[in-house]
Amino acid sequence: MLLIECPHCGPREQTEFTCGGEGHIVRPDPDTATDAEWGHYLFMRKNPKGLHFERWFHAHGCRQWFHAARSTVTHEIFAIYGIDEPPPAIDPSKAGSQ
Amino acid sequence: MAKMKYSIFSLLRQARDYHRGWPKAWRSPDPKPSYDVIIIGGGGHGLATAYYLAKEHGITNVAVLEKGWLGGGNTGRNTTIVRSNYLWDESAHLYEHSLKLFEGLSQDLNYNIMFSQRGVINLAHNEHDLKELTRRGHACRLNGIDYEMISAEQIKQIAPIINISKNIRYPVLGGSIQRRAGNARHDAVAWGYARRADEYGIDIIQNCEVTGIDIENGRVTGVQTTRGPIKARKVGAVPAGHASVVGRMAGLTLPVESHPLQAMVSEPIKPVLDTVIMSNTVHVYISQSDKGELVLGAGIDPYLSYAQRGSLDVIEHQLEALCDLYPIVKRLRIMRTWGGIVDTCPDASPIISKTPIEGLYMNCGWGTGGFKATPGSGWVFAHTIAQDRPHRLNEAFDLKRFESGFLIDEHGAAAVAH
Repeated sequence: MLLIECPHCGPREQTEFTCGGEGHIVRPDPDTATDAEWGHYLFMRKNPKGLHFERWFHAHGCRQWFHAARSTVTHEIFAIYGIDEPPPAIDPSKAGSQ
Repeated sequence: MAKMKYSIFSLLRQARDYHRGWPKAWRSPDPKPSYDVIIIGGGGHGLATAYYLAKEHGITNVAVLEKGWLGGGNTGRNTTIVRSNYLWDESAHLYEHSLKLFEGLSQDLNYNIMFSQRGVINLAHNEHDLKELTRRGHACRLNGIDYEMISAEQIKQIAPIINISKNIRYPVLGGSIQRRAGNARHDAVAWGYARRADEYGIDIIQNCEVTGIDIENGRVTGVQTTRGPIKARKVGAVPAGHASVVGRMAGLTLPVESHPLQAMVSEPIKPVLDTVIMSNTVHVYISQSDKGELVLGAGIDPYLSYAQRGSLDVIEHQLEALCDLYPIVKRLRIMRTWGGIVDTCPDASPIISKTPIEGLYMNCGWGTGGFKATPGSGWVFAHTIAQDRPHRLNEAFDLKRFESGFLIDEHGAAAVAH
């Protein structure tokens, strides 16, 4: 199980959180987006082996959303940052990226 | 290469010689410079694809490239359940085709895959479960798939160890049974396909990881591997948990996400259960192996991972439900737990499809339930590769459905319980 440092509550067990999946997905304008763009937005995911920027929700705590930069190979968490912040610069090789 | 035919007579002959004369079941060839078809991934689905390419389509200049060892991924890590009680026509036809292939597979492969049609029971713990199972039953029967609703008392008759008391947190209100469903020996399925594919002259190359896919003018020309470049006219990728990694080599983004899925076995006990019982609501599924171990499956971890291990809280959650439903297991010890990486799709249905790159085909997204589909998946994928167009059974499982919106939502029939 992961130990996640909630930016508001401090380190808590992962079972207190809901994983929100890939972060920084930009919603295209539904009036102008093509079917392919809309399908891409809804369903296509990077699913990287290595460094992943993802959203978490402290469901059984402060009920705030935030971002984490985590390795999908080692599970190490490199950074926790705000839900409205851009992803931090992290060397992907540190996360075992392929 | 003429192979020894496995039979009671070959067994007796070998027993007379203290089993020293068994030949190798397949060769370990070095890769040739080029092939007609390369299959990426030597799990059950990849090996089945190679076998049906040879058997059904006469294509034998084929290599199966496996980065580890045969069937060492999800093929050897699942809970071996085979069933076809799916809701939508598309899935029902595909999984039923697979179940029918399973029924004749030991004879077809001349390899005992220990297919045991012991029945699969799905439990209902609330009003919604009963309605969902009933609806699915109607759909199954319209598709010619055997399916019966049964009462809690009938379930108790089939499986006396189950607790049908009204006083547990999620009481058993009834359920469904597919009597033709059951178990098969998962390793034997991979080994049986490998042996027969090898017999057709197909090269099975283990410890050979694909590191790149060569594409020229929108057409696949070969692959880069840890054992050097290999040319190919067509490439079929069956990479399971690593679907996105392989897809990215060809510039494809896929709608799959990789999660750990865990399973475990208890210490072996005397026979107590001769069927398979699954519960989607409390996330537990149980059967008993021939060795006596209770084979138990858990759910997926919520986060992405390629680490082939999961968290203990998922196991705890599942074992709590198990102890409630089957009180006799409370003092049993768990002998082994393990995890595999499953490639989950948004609609809980697989992708068996051509891709925008000519000569490149993807078979992925099986998520938590690929084992039961092994023969059918290989059969339709071989057709798709050989004919360069999908078979009627898999045309709905196209990658384009994520643009068109024609999803095949099987979350009810698939859930996590496989």
